Amino acid sequence: MSSTVTESPAQNGTRFTSAAANYIDDRTKIGVAVKEFGRKVFPDHWSFLLGEVALYSFVVILISGTFLTLFFQASMVETVYTGPYLPMKGVEMSAAMASTLDISFSIRGGLLMRQVHHWAALLFVASIGLHMLRIFFTGAFRKPRELNWVIGFVLFILAMAEGFTGYSLPDDVLSGNGLRIIDGLVKSIPVIGTYFSYFFFGGEFPGTDIVGRLYMLHIMVLPALVILFVALHLAFVVIHKHTQYPGPGKTQQNVVGFPVLPVYAAKAGGFFFIVFGVIVLIASLVSINSIWAYGPYDPSPVSAGTQPDWYIGFADGMLRLIPPGLETEWFGYTWSWNMLIPMAIMGLFLVLVAIYPFIESWVTGDKREHHILDRPRNAPTRTAIGAAGVTFYAVMWAGASSDIVATHFQLSMEGVIHTLQALLILGPIISYVVTKRICLALQKKDRSIALHGYESGRIVRLPGGQYTEIHKPLSSYEQWELVSYHDYAPLMLRPNDDGKIPFSKRLRAGFSRWFFEDRIVPPTKGEIEEGHNEGH
Amino acid sequence: MAEEAKNSGVNDAVVAAQSHSADGAAVGTAVLSSDAVQNPGLPPHRERVTDLDPKKAKRAERTVYTLFYISIVGSLGAVLAYMFFPIETGELLAVRLHTMFVGIAMALALLAVGIGAVHWGKALMADHESIDERHPVPSNQETREDAAEVFTLADKESGFSRRSLVRNSLIGALIAFPLPGITLMRSLAPQDRDPVQLLKHTMWDKGIRLARDPSGVAIKASDVTIGSAFHVIPETLTHEEFSKLSLEERGGSENFLDAKAKAIVLLMRLDQSQLKELPDRKDWSYDGIVAYSKVCTHVGCPVALYEQHTHHLLCPCHQSQFDVSEHAKVVFGPAKRPLPQLPITVDKDGYLIAQSDFHEPVGPSFWERLK
Repeated sequence: MSSTVTESPAQNGTRFTSAAANYIDDRTKIGVAVKEFGRKVFPDHWSFLLGEVALYSFVVILISGTFLTLFFQASMVETVYTGPYLPMKGVEMSAAMASTLDISFSIRGGLLMRQVHHWAALLFVASIGLHMLRIFFTGAFRKPRELNWVIGFVLFILAMAEGFTGYSLPDDVLSGNGLRIIDGLVKSIPVIGTYFSYFFFGGEFPGTDIVGRLYMLHIMVLPALVILFVALHLAFVVIHKHTQYPGPGKTQQNVVGFPVLPVYAAKAGGFFFIVFGVIVLIASLVSINSIWAYGPYDPSPVSAGTQPDWYIGFADGMLRLIPPGLETEWFGYTWSWNMLIPMAIMGLFLVLVAIYPFIESWVTGDKREHHILDRPRNAPTRTAIGAAGVTFYAVMWAGASSDIVATHFQLSMEGVIHTLQALLILGPIISYVVTKRICLALQKKDRSIALHGYESGRIVRLPGGQYTEIHKPLSSYEQWELVSYHDYAPLMLRPNDDGKIPFSKRLRAGFSRWFFEDRIVPPTKGEIEEGHNEGH
Repeated sequence: MAEEAKNSGVNDAVVAAQSHSADGAAVGTAVLSSDAVQNPGLPPHRERVTDLDPKKAKRAERTVYTLFYISIVGSLGAVLAYMFFPIETGELLAVRLHTMFVGIAMALALLAVGIGAVHWGKALMADHESIDERHPVPSNQETREDAAEVFTLADKESGFSRRSLVRNSLIGALIAFPLPGITLMRSLAPQDRDPVQLLKHTMWDKGIRLARDPSGVAIKASDVTIGSAFHVIPETLTHEEFSKLSLEERGGSENFLDAKAKAIVLLMRLDQSQLKELPDRKDWSYDGIVAYSKVCTHVGCPVALYEQHTHHLLCPCHQSQFDVSEHAKVVFGPAKRPLPQLPITVDKDGYLIAQSDFHEPVGPSFWERLK
């Protein structure tokens, strides 16, 4: 095997690095990887940073979490707090709560790390959400990336599970109430609910096992799954290469951007430190989850205005928005529709999110690979569906703060709930219609600019007395961004060889009409030339 | 104008989507125009100021290494802050200052190195756009055939398809092997208890005094003035007393908090004229004093907020409201069932006591509630 680096007489510095490189390559064949990935090209766009924020905040979570495990005791054994925080001195609490208080008040840097961990967790879920929206609205989930969308979706669910299990560990009043709600939800499940809750808590609620079990999930099982799925997610990004926004010189067959070494490494590496720095800055200035103010878990006290962490808000809100009185007693058993329906609605919402790429590819029938992203306006129906989904989620989420909204704005609580119930149905419809119209209007505007150029605002009077407005023609680069998008026609129903139209085909045609009936066709070369010759 | 592409059904031909022209993969309902505008290619490269002006490049260089030095200062600053802002006095202010100074110094170290690296990448490193050619994601036809051949060979050599009995018994064995693991999960909760029974009993029993939560001081009927509300536990539900009780007296609960989670009660006194009581529950209250389970029938939060003007109890978790004057029936929110009522009376010393346990399971609904 020949050495990767030529043995030329070099300065001391390079001699060492080349010797080290040779040493490693002789044993690992790493040269192949360096050659393959070292100059891999990544396109540049601010929205590609959202996924990076998710990844980096996860790293911050791992680092700060590791520190916390050194001091946290995941046990519910009863103890008496003897630390320096006076209001809790002599109070009976679990070891979990006492050790969390010790981390906060008796261990230098402990409170900072707790707050880093919590803020990073909030940012982790938030950035995953935004990253998903970016992927959705630009159509990055199309073939060949559908599976990676599903993997990302699994990561989103895992992130919420991580958040909830972590939130429950300190065993304070708030987290205990969160677990109480989970207990009530589980118990409402027909047939198995009662036993499932019994197994989960190791007996009655709250029992003495749950913190230890959640700790195992929170620091071992779930992180292992997150790391596994992140690795898969990134492996797919490498296999598929990154998508890119439409632009001059960018095609379905290339990637235009900067190489990993050196530019991308500097930018992405630097960005990791920026994300980390911002999290630490927030954590050092803004306190979060001050459990010492809530006290240890006790089933009896609770304060008004209890809020879950933001990412669980949508579930809590959905529970509040369900109309009253939905519970039946059939055949001597209890059916809690007031829990089952919200869970079904949330489940359906999440399932639709997970399978959307497959729905869309079934509707379009497009089996080609797509590496150029859509501008959201150029996929009006998809963008409108996304806006409707975001609105639906946002109303559920707002529901979790119905009491805070009511006290804050001096409204009646019932009024807030009823308004949100109406919005849950009407909001998505309104935002769907409005978004679709905005997209189509923007497309029309693009089309007219592509055909006639920009309005320059100059009015010229011709010798014959005619007034005309001068339009500034576009450069071919500007024009390309306006006209280079995909266009789908609604599916034409044609009978198959037996002269029949199967139901599935009818259904697809219906969806296809819904998607593509209103469409703005990208202008062709001929039309643009014609447009320029119209005397403008 | 565009011509409509043919809608092909399932694309079973194994071809890579080489391009976005009509050949290769099915295009579905995509419209392919023969007269589409052509891609003009990459726009000419624009030089940055640091490429054009050596002075500016020098300055960018200075900025970058200054930021890196600042980062070192921040890191050392965080170490110093750790040392010089002790928290052992136990004062909250000390903790706050320690957190703030260590955190800000760390943030400075991180942000400076991050911004420096990004600035280096953006202003000084070569910024010529590189172009990578994409290759279709699927492996080529030949590789696919080779892969398929591998499986065919393996099947032939093992007889996986041919020896159906061997194969099917293997599948059966693989289905059976996780079963013990699932069975082991039964150990998650005590074997000798029945969760349904546990949910049906609380610590309340005939003659148990109502006491204040959490002190355990018994309540006299005369203490309860009109319009007042008390958070109540059984008198025996204090840490000292609880350890002496038998499992029976604990309502079947092993642990203090388990017992408390079922036994918490709210006690209110209304004007007798405002109480609308059912005839068969007339004797469950005493002189306008009523006691209801504090555990919400929705998902089990403590229904802790009492509004004396309206006699409504409000659950802070999901805003279910219960009307105390009408047997705690639901007046708003997601809950369905009224809060279970605890029948009370007074003993000879004037203390409020329970007549019995609750007549129905407290807390959230569960499948076997009526069994």
